[in-house]
Amino acid sequence: MELIKQGAEAKIYLARFEELYFPFNDEKVIVKYRLPKRYRIKEIDEKLRKERTVREARLLHRAKEFGVNVPHIYEVDLKDMKIVMEFIEGERLKELLEKVPMEERLELCREIGRQLGRLHNAGIIHGDLTTSNMILREGKIYFIDFGLGEFDDTLETQGVDLHLLKRAMESTHYKWFEKGFEAVLEGYAEVRGKEKEKELREKIDEIESRGRYVKERKWMKG
Amino acid sequence: MIALGIEGTAHTLGVGIVTEEKVLANIFDMFKTEKGGIHPKEAAEHHAKLIKSLLKKALEEAEVSIEDIDVIAFSQGPGLGPCLRVVATAARALAIKYNKPIVGVNHCIAHVEVVKLVSDVKDPVGLYVSGGNTQVIALEGGRYRVFGETLDIGIGNALDMFAREVGLGFPGGPKIERLAKKGRKYIELPYAVKGMDLSFSGLLTEAVRKFKSGKYKIEDIAYSFQETAFAALVEVTERALAHTGKDEVVLVGGVAANNRLREMLSAMAEDRGARFYVPPYDLCRDNGAMIAYTGLLMYKAGIKFELKDTIVKQKFRTDEVEVTWT
Ligand SMILES: Nc1ncnc2c1ncn2[C@@H]1O[C@H](COP(=O)(O)OP(=O)(O)OP(=O)(O)O)[C@@H](O)[C@H]1O
Ligand SMILES: Nc1ncnc2c1ncn2[C@@H]1O[C@H](COP(=O)(O)OP(=O)(O)OP(=O)(O)O)[C@@H](O)[C@H]1O
Repeated sequence: MELIKQGAEAKIYLARFEELYFPFNDEKVIVKYRLPKRYRIKEIDEKLRKERTVREARLLHRAKEFGVNVPHIYEVDLKDMKIVMEFIEGERLKELLEKVPMEERLELCREIGRQLGRLHNAGIIHGDLTTSNMILREGKIYFIDFGLGEFDDTLETQGVDLHLLKRAMESTHYKWFEKGFEAVLEGYAEVRGKEKEKELREKIDEIESRGRYVKERKWMKG
Repeated sequence: MIALGIEGTAHTLGVGIVTEEKVLANIFDMFKTEKGGIHPKEAAEHHAKLIKSLLKKALEEAEVSIEDIDVIAFSQGPGLGPCLRVVATAARALAIKYNKPIVGVNHCIAHVEVVKLVSDVKDPVGLYVSGGNTQVIALEGGRYRVFGETLDIGIGNALDMFAREVGLGFPGGPKIERLAKKGRKYIELPYAVKGMDLSFSGLLTEAVRKFKSGKYKIEDIAYSFQETAFAALVEVTERALAHTGKDEVVLVGGVAANNRLREMLSAMAEDRGARFYVPPYDLCRDNGAMIAYTGLLMYKAGIKFELKDTIVKQKFRTDEVEVTWT
């Protein structure tokens, strides 16, 4: 197993299926392990790690049921608080989108919109939508990292989800983000309908007009 | 260079006088109420009544005269409108009468900046916890960014409101800390992290309900309240550290007095290989020295305020200010 990232709450390892389970399968897997924290009492620590591990697994499961491309789950282990999932080996959209011609770029954005439309139809909020958390593999866009996700189907949270994606695109893809985000909304409307899309556009405007509560957080992840 | 700073965003009026290296004076007077709660008008009257004597005391203690002051700084916001206006008016009057430059300072930023006056901390993630405010902030791309903040009430107010509901009196923070030390049994309460942000109203309501049910010991509720609320504060701070890659953490604001919170943050910082620092309490709570020091840094960096720029900002956002002085 190779450590590929140490975040605030989890360590992410890249491993081979055969290392963990049975031989003759050299498929790569991701192991996301939620670490105990010494600063909080055991009761809170265990409760949080368990809740979040279970929730992340459920979110991935439900998203898949609704036709969103997400990693397949192999195992959820509540003793070690870990999730073993499919490794999506492909190219991150963050880099890819900068390389392709405009037309292809906008088609990818429409596809992001369609995926997100399905995710919201499933009653799921991703909570951390950035093009770093999207991977293209064999022509399909996958969403990863549901660590901040929630089961929620209100207009407000869906609006915030879209708003955060817009902000993230603005900072990473500032040269063309306006067209790009329009394309995202087009794809979104294909799945959820014009009516919903209109409501969400209005919601995004409203969120942006609140000023103080506009969360400009996504620059953190780069 | 010598700066004089006036703080008065809420119930505390403070006058501080500092140089680049040192605090020459840091005088306070707090508008006290029996039961707590927020009283903008009364607090503003209090500030207006005391400002002259506090200024005088500060100058005496610093052993400087008003002519020696190079710049007048004042807390421009965020805070209670009537209080802010008293402070801004006093600062303008001084600036005009003695022909001194004036700068308006963001209160939240000043809480974190002043740490540099008393330590060698350079570029920290700040957890700022007081009655009205709860924010995790750090410098990123030339501004103090908010990595997480309360969506409803500040942690100090949550502690104070709980204390009032259960008849402990005001301020509640220290009383709850004392009780919590005797708590043994953890009672589950709603955890306060909401996405990137915090929210304490659910925790408060549930803690009060648990108390009123009569089934739990107050010591255990106080203990559980602290453990739950503080774990959330530390978690959001840790995320900011992980995302920015910074390696210093500072704790500021009135609630920084709490030893359990210090202990938890310190453990988190240690596990991440980060340094942890809490300034002396008189620089943690609302105070004039932090305003003076931040004003001094701003002025030295060439920031100039015209009188028209000195209008108060009740909702002054932390990330509104371009930080050109570091
Ligand atoms: N299933 C996966 N397939 C491919 N790469 C993955 C997968 N899961 C994670 N990664 C890689 O690991 C990195 C970190 O994973 P992830 O975003 O889930 O953790 P995290 O950001 O620490 O989580 P959190 O946001 O909950 O703190 C991702 O940016 C991605 O590069
Ligand atoms: N030991 C302690 N533990 C927890 N909270 C404490 C402790 N000591 C003080 N406090 C809390 O600190 C708060 C007072 O903070 P401060 O002096 O910064 O004033 P404030 O008016 O709330 O400030 P601001 O204007 O910055 O919001 C009160 O809510 C009080 O209960």
